[in-house]
Amino acid sequence: MVQASMDGILLGILFALIAYGMALQWGVMNIINIAQGELVILGGYIAYTMYTMGIHPAFGVIVAPIIMFFVGWFLYKLVIYRVVDRDLFISILATFGISILTQQLMNFVFGADVVVAQSNFGTTMLFDNSVTLPNSKIFSAVVSIIFAIGLVIYMKKSKLGRAIRATAQNARAAKILGVDTEKVYAATFGINAALCGVAGALISITFTLHPYVGLPYTVRSFMIVIIAGLGNLPGVALSGMGLGVFEEFADYLLGTEFRIGSVFLLLVLILVYRRFKLSRKREYLK
Amino acid sequence: MKKIYKFALILLSTLSLILGTTSTSFSKVEGDKIILGAAVSLTGKYSTNGKHTQNGYNFAVTRINQMGGVKVGGKSYKFNIIYYDDESNSGRAAQLAERLIKQDGVKFMLGPYSSGLTKAIAPITEENKIPMVEANGASRSLFTKGYKYLFAVLSPANQYLEVAIDLAVEKNGGKPVNIAMAFEQDAFSQDVRLGVIDAAERTGSKIIIDDKLPKELNDMAATLAKVKATNPDVLALSGHSKGALTAIRQIAEMQVDVPMLAMTHCDASKLAKQHGKKAEYALCAAQWHKTLTYKDDFFGDGMKYDNDFNMEFGYAPPYQAAESSAALLVWKDAFERANSFDTEKVRDALAKTDMQTFYGNIKFGSGGQNTAKPMVLFQVRCEGDTCENKVVAPTKWASAELVHPTPKWSER
Repeated sequence: MVQASMDGILLGILFALIAYGMALQWGVMNIINIAQGELVILGGYIAYTMYTMGIHPAFGVIVAPIIMFFVGWFLYKLVIYRVVDRDLFISILATFGISILTQQLMNFVFGADVVVAQSNFGTTMLFDNSVTLPNSKIFSAVVSIIFAIGLVIYMKKSKLGRAIRATAQNARAAKILGVDTEKVYAATFGINAALCGVAGALISITFTLHPYVGLPYTVRSFMIVIIAGLGNLPGVALSGMGLGVFEEFADYLLGTEFRIGSVFLLLVLILVYRRFKLSRKREYLK
Repeated sequence: MKKIYKFALILLSTLSLILGTTSTSFSKVEGDKIILGAAVSLTGKYSTNGKHTQNGYNFAVTRINQMGGVKVGGKSYKFNIIYYDDESNSGRAAQLAERLIKQDGVKFMLGPYSSGLTKAIAPITEENKIPMVEANGASRSLFTKGYKYLFAVLSPANQYLEVAIDLAVEKNGGKPVNIAMAFEQDAFSQDVRLGVIDAAERTGSKIIIDDKLPKELNDMAATLAKVKATNPDVLALSGHSKGALTAIRQIAEMQVDVPMLAMTHCDASKLAKQHGKKAEYALCAAQWHKTLTYKDDFFGDGMKYDNDFNMEFGYAPPYQAAESSAALLVWKDAFERANSFDTEKVRDALAKTDMQTFYGNIKFGSGGQNTAKPMVLFQVRCEGDTCENKVVAPTKWASAELVHPTPKWSER
């Protein structure tokens, strides 16, 4: 039980970081990024490349976001700016295209083999070996929390952060007041990609990398954002951890085959409940 | 009148088109070349193994052609393969098989990589009565459909881990064992699972954990927590390369002690290289290993094949390449015994195949599976920091003795 909850929480924090980026750019730019998972894996490959060059992959959490920020910026200038004011459907299509292209490029560059980077961090044992916590997962959780808190502070204090928040509230008003929304959008997409880069570097030392495993990360972060609701950053962290724990418990108690199914069932229940609450509210307003 | 004329014209042109396309389908042998067709995954998620498959085919073609080719009716013929890239996509593979047969007029096929893609192609070769020798589709369901034109040089998937269960029972003094297992939900891994269940029934062993892993698996912590709580004698796993790498990483991290860990895809995932000492003592099922002592006239034995392949392509051949090369040896043998290019005669000759190759003995069962070759089990063993796969079963070819039970993590 303790094992399952700890595993769930550590897993959830990592997923929350990816969802965090998604929530940010969804809120600011109204774009659902299907390529989120691919950006994560690309970040992972950056850390893996460092590992193959003899550098400890943990440094990937510093290098990957820097490179990924520019990748994100570049992607914005290349594709996203054309679809940012359009229909949501168009942005889904565009990012879907990016996702396929990224997958194939990663396959071309890094090969189709499944790879792992070794952190050799060891394991922390609790309660006389009955609960084991891989230090790499603890490291991932700590790094994720640091980046998440850092981002919140940056959004509150810095000039760019304020500009991003203003644009999210009302892009037109922000533009009139002299905010360069183009730049804000590009920076937002870059920040999202950088967060993905961090998460990817962490995944390279906790899980496995393969050009085609991005989609589960996209789906997971999408779900976390839906459950948390847009613009609710603490909610993202909570729902990330909640889903992680729920998933581990479903796996532990019902069996692995019910793991993903039960998470989706939970999603449906939450959406139905939301709708129910919404309809009650409407009545009240009448 | 004009209408009838128009109709006749259309009819005539359609007929000539049909005739035109069918007439090319007699061109299975051009000059002194025997044309074989193959759709392999050169891009997409199977591209690594697709490349191994293609290299295996090409290596054998060059070797056989150099050593005199195929002798049919007193004349020597050379092999030639038409390749298409199936993009690791079963729909595309089926299309390409159709194209090879209908447009390119190929009469003899080689298999693609993976069970899934072979399953997509088999109905088409069967319908067109085109014999196919495949080397990379091990799923049991390929051999239970009553296909007449499908021949596989490899052992079916259900045999992968049966040996390991038998070995565990033997090490347990002939007494039944407790088995924990986790298999990915795909055709191949589920077949491996059926084999384990068969072996468990046969030996009276008990299955205490039976997890089905999702395809997008990246975390096995919950399964391993259950294993820790129940202390089974054997942990059997299969989930392609991703499953093998995830399992070893998390078993090491969670310090799961289990007397025997048996899995698949250790060599495809380069387990010994990627995880090093963490993977030590893992038992792995494989179709082939270079130290086996089977022999043939073309490649010598496994060690020589390994050496020559390495010279040619710059890397050690995984079993996917070896079995692909063996497929060509089967074709050559069948053509020479049939002494004809008639597809029916060649098919009958294939069905009667009984030969030894460097890769193993080959004899086809009624469903087209190879019944003459046992699986080998190897164990990852380390000396210092370098880890290697050593054959431990069957004992005839064992190059190292099995370490059992696996030492506890606290003692390593």
